Amino acid sequence: MKILVVDDERDIEVLFEQRFRREIKTGEIDFAFAYSGEQALQYLTQHVHEAVLILSDINMPGMSGLELLRHIKQKFSHPPPVVMMITAYGDAENYNQAMRLGADDFLTKPLDFTVLKEKLKEKVQ
Amino acid sequence: MGTEFIIIILVVIYLRRALKAKLFIPEWHDRLQWLLYASIGLLVAQAIVDNFRIALHWVGMIMLGWLLYQMNKNEKFKEAKFLVTAITPYLVVAFVIEVIRLIDVNLYNEWKSWTDAIQTFAVIWGVGTWIVTRRQRKELIKAKQKAIEEEENNKVISAMKAQLEVQVAERTAELRKQKEELEVTLDELRAAQTQLIQSEKMASLGELTAGIAHEIQNPLNFVNNFSEVNKELLTEMKHEIDVGNLIEAKNIAKDIEDNEEKITYHGKRADAIVKSMLQHSRSSSGKKEPTDINALADEYLRLAYHGLRAKDKSFNAKFETDFDDRIGQINIVHQDIGRVLLNLINNAFYSVSEKQKQDIPGYEPTITVATKKMGDSRVELSVADNGNGVPKKVLDKIFQPFFTTKPTGLGTGLGLSLSYDIITRGHNGELKVETKEGEGAEFIIILPTQ
Repeated sequence: MKILVVDDERDIEVLFEQRFRREIKTGEIDFAFAYSGEQALQYLTQHVHEAVLILSDINMPGMSGLELLRHIKQKFSHPPPVVMMITAYGDAENYNQAMRLGADDFLTKPLDFTVLKEKLKEKVQ
Repeated sequence: MGTEFIIIILVVIYLRRALKAKLFIPEWHDRLQWLLYASIGLLVAQAIVDNFRIALHWVGMIMLGWLLYQMNKNEKFKEAKFLVTAITPYLVVAFVIEVIRLIDVNLYNEWKSWTDAIQTFAVIWGVGTWIVTRRQRKELIKAKQKAIEEEENNKVISAMKAQLEVQVAERTAELRKQKEELEVTLDELRAAQTQLIQSEKMASLGELTAGIAHEIQNPLNFVNNFSEVNKELLTEMKHEIDVGNLIEAKNIAKDIEDNEEKITYHGKRADAIVKSMLQHSRSSSGKKEPTDINALADEYLRLAYHGLRAKDKSFNAKFETDFDDRIGQINIVHQDIGRVLLNLINNAFYSVSEKQKQDIPGYEPTITVATKKMGDSRVELSVADNGNGVPKKVLDKIFQPFFTTKPTGLGTGLGLSLSYDIITRGHNGELKVETKEGEGAEFIIILPTQ
């Protein structure tokens, strides 16, 4: 399963790689990383239908996570990838907007990786 | 030949009129009266009777002489003394002529033409003296009157002066009172200003808070996440050691080390943010310290951006940095320049967000913060945006205190004026703006490095 992680914090890559070291080792999950919304869209265009799940931060310079979500839901609909939004501000407005735009889930930072893992497994199945 | 009597009549009339003889010299009133009647009587007698002409002439001369003698002697006729000067030569001449006639009539007749001429001169002298004296008197009277008038004027002036002095004293007291009141007001204003500056600082801190929260939250998340990972990794490492897989255990140890570094890095990042926030809220020490201006600009750019994002979720802007690595550290008051940067960056974000609301197709809000080392030991810092720019008509007002284009409640109008103060007075630098209406604005700070 290919998961695209979108966040402007670069260390998120190391963190995910270590948190999911077992899953990566077994080939259960494969991660790709993008550091901005624009990069994520570029990746998705270049690797069509590769990523089945997208994990995106909301607060990023340039294109925000919510905009990215809108683009994904418009352009990549066959089949629609699962998009989960992550934000440091777990406020209602962000949540509502994400849901309205078609987000499949909404997580708040700091990430609870145990919960994330469960959710990932659930979504994939 | 009645000249002496005519002179007496005229003199008496003059004395009575000019000196008001009735009022001032009562005992002379009667005498003058008698003299007048006598003169008129004798004059008439001389005209009618031809026989006693010479005798009457002598009488006339004696009467006139007596009158002149009295006038000369008596202090009361002081003012008429000029008449004595005017008439005496005539009288003397007439007397001498009569004496000559008495002694020798032939000689008298012989000298007649000479004596006539001398007599004429005496008359001219008399008339001349009369005219000159009159003129002098008139002038004297005029001068006297003038002196009186002047004295009166002086009196009026001194009265006015006294009045003015009272008024001046009143006014002075009033002004002093007003001055004292103004001083109190000024003190109050100063206090208000200090408070305003402080609240402006706090307001900008409030704008920052959300950004700061975000900026602290991120590194803290990493600290938490990485330490959790390390805990997991340690368990795994123990397991690998137990099964004797030392190579894998070493690999894990290497990862743990790397993660520790990350934890330290993010811990320090959060620490730096908290420190700079505290520095911003504290009143400025005013001390210049070597500062990495690029790091400062970057920090405040991020804080401002996240602050704005936290307030307005829909807002988004590209921010670019173009830092000149050659600058190194320059001596500045860290908090103060931070405030200026924050203010300029906040304004830039505000400007692009306002333009974004106009829904211009293809508009991409962009903020660029750049630094540049200039040749002449100066550093240029610029904050550029592609917002709506500064309208020409307000361009010379933007650095004035309390001037704001923001809606009431959104801006104190102190941001740019304080910034201007900090740059020009605090750092001997320059703060200027280059703008094109509708296309954007660039605020440029030039700081000396020495």
